[in-house]
Amino acid sequence: MTTSILPGLIRRFEAELLKDWVREQRTAVTLRSDLLPDAELERQSAQFLAALQAGLEAEAFGEISDPGWERARGFLEDVARSRGRQGFTPSETATFLFSLKQPVFKLLQRELEGNPAALVGELWEITVLVDRRGLFTGGRALIGREVMITRLQAELLERSTPVVKLWDRILALPLIGTLDSSRTQVVMESLLQAIVDTGSSVAIIDITGVPTVDTLVAQHLMKTVAAARLMGAECVISGIRPAIAQSMVHLGVSFTDIVTKATLADAIRHAFARTGVSVGRAAAV
Amino acid sequence: MILAREVVDLRESEDVLKARQQARALALSVGFGLVDQTKIVTAVSELARNTVTHGGGGTATLEVVEYGAHRGLRIVFRDQGPGIADVEQALRDGYTTAGGLGLGLGGSRRLMNDFEISSFPGKGTTVTVVRWK
Repeated sequence: MTTSILPGLIRRFEAELLKDWVREQRTAVTLRSDLLPDAELERQSAQFLAALQAGLEAEAFGEISDPGWERARGFLEDVARSRGRQGFTPSETATFLFSLKQPVFKLLQRELEGNPAALVGELWEITVLVDRRGLFTGGRALIGREVMITRLQAELLERSTPVVKLWDRILALPLIGTLDSSRTQVVMESLLQAIVDTGSSVAIIDITGVPTVDTLVAQHLMKTVAAARLMGAECVISGIRPAIAQSMVHLGVSFTDIVTKATLADAIRHAFARTGVSVGRAAAV
Repeated sequence: MILAREVVDLRESEDVLKARQQARALALSVGFGLVDQTKIVTAVSELARNTVTHGGGGTATLEVVEYGAHRGLRIVFRDQGPGIADVEQALRDGYTTAGGLGLGLGGSRRLMNDFEISSFPGKGTTVTVVRWK
């Protein structure tokens, strides 16, 4: 059992505390009224106060992992998640809790005016309590971000390497972004697999969307072309822009015995010729 | 005179990307055209990767410099790695110790206007390149 007067105080002055806390948050520099409407802020604050009271009454100043604090824990996880999604930084999210200290301190000071020893004890307890919950919330917000970043990375890796079937036995691989080694691996695998699956004889690798072609990128491209050739498919590299072409010449990289074209259209024309497709203009309708 | 300076830490291969982006941004601020920008970024990519893979990490210091009426972008790559025993050999096209194309160092010299390399075995390597506008 605890001798803290805090649970009783919060119950008695809940409305006042809520009002003070919301006002505190509104004047704080970290308030992001652009992200969180006032009504939502008030609702979240009221919910946390209720959860705090429930926790205090069940376990007093226990750890957030204690069963009595389950409600508060669930609520804080929700807040961390939703605020993370809304664009709050983890420290802004944690400040939501830290800002509760001032109104609680004020309340305790008023109630324990004649008893400094008790006041110090209560202040210490509530400081530790709020700090731990604030850190928990901030930590949760960080985890949320990491999960999101990992997901985006994986998604990018998947999406940035689509092998497109252009025509019967003609594939295209439009590359976008930087070609670091882990991605190049995915590119190579998906292209070679698609060549097998579709029985294609021409694969066009378009590098219009690749901003820098250095020796590493060039080497990756050459290896992909060589592997495709071993499987019986010819590769055409297209989309080599003038600035890239000049840099490659200075660098000393030459795609010897690889067919290269300036644009994807040229590459398609070449692929048609290789596979015996003839394209003509029909009379305009 | 140095008008702007940025330092990029080069520890892992992702940092090469940072160096490239920084180089492109500064090249743009100097007013380089697209071809020069691409040449600078390509050279930075090569040399930054050398710093990471051969030098065991280091830094790239990018500076916008003014010399009389000329402006330019100077980039200094420093590492405390094993150093290069034979610089002439390292600069020769096709010479590689890491299974690459062996064009990075020599190619960077051709992509930039000024190129200076000083290497002390056991102490590290410093490569300084400048592209003038």
